[in-house]
Amino acid sequence: MLNNEILKNIIRFILLVLTQVLLLNHINFLGYVNPYIYILFIIVFPFTGNKSLLIFLSFMLGLTIDFFLDSGGIHAAACVFIAYIRPQVLKYSFGISYEYNTIKISNTDFMKQLIYVGSMVFFNHIVLFSLETFNTDHLLLLLKSTVFSSIFSTIIILSAITIFSEKPK
Amino acid sequence: MQQIIFFLIRNKNFLLFIVLFSISIFLTIQSHSYHKNNFINSSNSVTGGIYTIKSSITNYFNLRKENEVLIDENTRIRIQLESYKSKVVDQNIDTNSILSKYYFVSAKVINNSFSKTKNKLTIDKGERDSIQLDLGVITSKGIVGIIDNVSNKYATIQSILNTNSQINAKLKNAKHFGSLVWNTQDPNVIQLIDIPRLAPVKIGDTIVTGGKSTIFPEGILIGAVVDFELTEDKNSQNLNIQLFNDMTNLQHVYIIDNLDSQEIINLEKGL
Repeated sequence: MLNNEILKNIIRFILLVLTQVLLLNHINFLGYVNPYIYILFIIVFPFTGNKSLLIFLSFMLGLTIDFFLDSGGIHAAACVFIAYIRPQVLKYSFGISYEYNTIKISNTDFMKQLIYVGSMVFFNHIVLFSLETFNTDHLLLLLKSTVFSSIFSTIIILSAITIFSEKPK
Repeated sequence: MQQIIFFLIRNKNFLLFIVLFSISIFLTIQSHSYHKNNFINSSNSVTGGIYTIKSSITNYFNLRKENEVLIDENTRIRIQLESYKSKVVDQNIDTNSILSKYYFVSAKVINNSFSKTKNKLTIDKGERDSIQLDLGVITSKGIVGIIDNVSNKYATIQSILNTNSQINAKLKNAKHFGSLVWNTQDPNVIQLIDIPRLAPVKIGDTIVTGGKSTIFPEGILIGAVVDFELTEDKNSQNLNIQLFNDMTNLQHVYIIDNLDSQEIINLEKGL
C-alpha cells in the first residue's frame, strides 16, 4: 500500500513535468496566459504525508521546471512557498479536522475544493510572477498575468482532479 | 545544547523552507545578471534531449512555411551574388575563395519562449559545433538574440525579447545610433531608444544593426518604424519598431561568428 503510494507520486511527478514543458507552456492564450498545472503534485500530495518531504520534493519539482524554462529559480521558489503554507491553507479550506480524517480531495464538496485549489494557485502565481518580473516598472503586467493565469490554472487543475479521481465503489 | 537541538527539530519545516527558498532566490538573482554561466539552463543534455524529441515531431507542421522562407532567402542571395559577379572583372571567380570576416553556422530552434519578460530560446548546436558565448543569432529576416549559455550539444539564446537585452542599432538611411530594448508589451514590437532628436525619422523607415560591437555585422535587418515620439527631456526620441521576424514562429536560425572578434577584444583590453 505504501509502496503503491510512492510509485504513484513518482509517476505523477514525471507526467506533470512533461505535460507542463511540452504542452502547456506553448499555449500562450491571449499572448501571455499560460496555465501551470504541475503544482497539482503539491496540491494532491497526501494530506497526512511528511511535511518536510513535501517541501523538499516541491523544491525538486520547481527546479526541474526551471531547468526546462531557463528561468533561474523562480518556479522552485514559488513551489517551496506553497508547500510551506499548505497546512495553513488546508486548515482554512477544510476546517481544523483535516489532519485526523483521511479525506480525499476529490470527495469533498466543490466549494471547499475551489477555495483550496484557488488559493494555492494564487499564492504560487503571485510569487512566480513577482520573481519573474523582478521590476516595479511592469506592475500592471504582473497583476494581469497573475490574475488571468490563476483563473486559467485553477480551472484546469480542478478539471484534472475531477477527471482523474478514483470513484468510490 | 539540548535546547538548540529541540529548537531545530521543532522548526525543521520552517528552516527547510527558508534554506530552499533562499537557494531559489539566489538562483533567480544569478540568472538576472547578464550571462554568467548559469547552472539552471535548458542547454544540458536531459532537457535538450527532450526538447529535441519534441521539435522533431512539431517541425513537420511548419515545413511548408519554412520552405517558402528558404526559397525567398535563396532568391535574395542569388540576386546579390549576381551583382557581385558583375562587379568583378574575372567572371570565373570562385565564391568559396573570397575570405569573409564572418562565419555562419545554421541551427534549429528546439524551444522558444516569447510570453515572459525574460525570454530565451534553445538551439540544437553547442560547443562541438564551435558555438561560443556572445555570438549573434539571426534568421534570414532579422536578428534573434545573443548566445548566453553553451553546453556540449546545445546552447541557449537570450532573445531580443528580454528586458536584459540591449543591442546597438541604427537607422538604415542615416548614421544615428540607438539601443534596442523591449518593453514586454508585444512580442513583435520592440523599442529603439536614445536616437538623437535631429535624426530624420519617418514611419516605415528600416532599422538595421549598427556594427559597433563585435557581435553583429553592420546592416542586418531588424524591423520597420511604426511610430516615434520625443522623450520628456526633448533631447532624444524613442521609436516603436515592428520586427521583420515573427519571433513567435522561429525554426531555423544562423549563428554568426566574427573571426576577428578575439583580436578586437584583446586589443581593447590592452588599452
